[in-house]
Amino acid sequence: MAIGVKVMRRPEQQVSYFRATVRGMALTFRHLLRSAGDRSEVTIQYPEERWAISPRWRGTHVMEKHADGRPKCVACGLCPTICPANCIRLVPGEDDQGNRYPIVYEIDEFRCIFCGMCQEVCPVEAIHVGVHYENAEYTRERFVYDLPRLMAQEHPSTLLWDPSDPASE
Amino acid sequence: MDTPMPLHRVGALGPTAYWIFALGKILVVFTAVMITVALLTLLERKLSAWIQDRIGPNRVGPGGLLQPVADGLKNLLKEETQPAEAARGFFTLAPMLAIMPALVLFAVVPLAAPLPTPLGLVEMSVAEVPVGILFVLALSSLGVYGITLAGWASANKYAFLGGLRAAAQLISYEVSLGMSLLPVFLVVGDVTLSEMVARQQQMHLWFALPLCLPFFLFWVASFAETNRLPFDLPEAESELITGYHTEYSSMKFSMFFIAEYAHVLTVSMIMATVFLGGWDIPLWQGDNMWVVADGVVAGAAPAWWKTVLTHFSFLLKTGFFVGLFMIVRWTLPRFRYDQVMDLGWKVMLPVSLVSVAVNGGAVLLLERLRVPYGLGYGLMLTAINLPLLALVLWGLDRGRVLTGTGSLQQRRLAAQAKARARRAAAAA
Repeated sequence: MAIGVKVMRRPEQQVSYFRATVRGMALTFRHLLRSAGDRSEVTIQYPEERWAISPRWRGTHVMEKHADGRPKCVACGLCPTICPANCIRLVPGEDDQGNRYPIVYEIDEFRCIFCGMCQEVCPVEAIHVGVHYENAEYTRERFVYDLPRLMAQEHPSTLLWDPSDPASE
Repeated sequence: MDTPMPLHRVGALGPTAYWIFALGKILVVFTAVMITVALLTLLERKLSAWIQDRIGPNRVGPGGLLQPVADGLKNLLKEETQPAEAARGFFTLAPMLAIMPALVLFAVVPLAAPLPTPLGLVEMSVAEVPVGILFVLALSSLGVYGITLAGWASANKYAFLGGLRAAAQLISYEVSLGMSLLPVFLVVGDVTLSEMVARQQQMHLWFALPLCLPFFLFWVASFAETNRLPFDLPEAESELITGYHTEYSSMKFSMFFIAEYAHVLTVSMIMATVFLGGWDIPLWQGDNMWVVADGVVAGAAPAWWKTVLTHFSFLLKTGFFVGLFMIVRWTLPRFRYDQVMDLGWKVMLPVSLVSVAVNGGAVLLLERLRVPYGLGYGLMLTAINLPLLALVLWGLDRGRVLTGTGSLQQRRLAAQAKARARRAAAAA
């Protein structure tokens, strides 16, 4: 005897194929009646209807801007340091007044694990993860978001960050 | 019948008119069948979606109605793959062999009451073949050649297993399928489908009730014949990928697909005709007409609107069985292979033999007692068949035949223990 098979002793009404069949047919027929004529309430017709995602959703990043259009980022280097996926590339620069700014700021959204730690660690509330999920692109290179693209993102940033209480105090 | 039936002489078709009408019927029925089969694939997807609380295809055309067109176009444009080791001739022949019988079977089914025309009486079946249902049985068993050949010619182990299973399963259930029709032949005394409709009208009772045991057997066997879900062992996605048509692609695959749905449609039509009165409209005597000679109708007077009405009645009955096929498919899980064989040889065959014997005896007895053919005759047959059907269902209900794997081992262990005890007793 190769394999030990555990045999369940069940009352006959539970192992009856006939009754199970009739019961199953009744169940499927009830569902058929309920949904016949495309009345199903479960399906979301995707491109037309969309699932309301949570405001705490962490999607692709958004870079906050000053009123004059400059990025808020001060190139402190905290986000590339804390990033567990090592997906942020930052080359800092300094202007003639001594203000630091990012010369290169790139996020590889393929490597990103959307943990949101870059947003947590940012001292000036510049980088955020956003409420967004449609990220399809035609090439792999397009998934490396550069600074202009991060600033051009239009979707709202996640509510893990409260705009009325930016420093979480 | 006690009172002689009024005869209506519409007149027979002349040879030229006969050919024209025959050609017209072939074209119309073939086109209608092909369109229906295409729509059946859509219906199946829609029904399955609704059963699973989904919506199903709804993008192509209004409500997804043009989905079959898109599918057909896709299948035509797809690349056709040919396995390097496949037997080329047979590989190409197999889908043709599978689709041909399924499409020819419609020829003998009477679709409506005979239509009176100025040229003469037109019978509403493509071909009034005297051998009727025997033609259906003969051709439907040809379908298995296509499937087995496909499995063998593909040079693929899954396809091969699927083909073998198809052969074994179809041959096992073919027996009880034929056997379950024998009581009908005994009651009708003829094998043409139009005569079966006429006899059901004369009985004022559809054979589904007086011959409920053969009806049940035919129904179960037809599931096996069409390779539909409780018995779709030849396909068995989870074990055999898709079984016999694993290696087929594009239009060749499509032909197997069409063949399956055409088969479902045929079997539903045959069941509606043989057991549900065909084109007979229930509780209405105005359509009780039957052709007694070429161009002569007994019973009610034929009229074109009766033809239309009876055709709708026929479509409703066929649709009922088609829907049942589909709901069953989306309800029941697949049997294990040994369960299918057990059911076929240990239940279906003996029960159908018993049903032939009992119904043969009953028909003989009723004729010896000179019971007039009619409602009383039917009710007496019902009284014999209904308890038998209840007995069969009770037997199946007990889980004696279709048991799980666990009980197989239990039985094996019990047999071993018994043998050991016997040996010990012999030694002592």
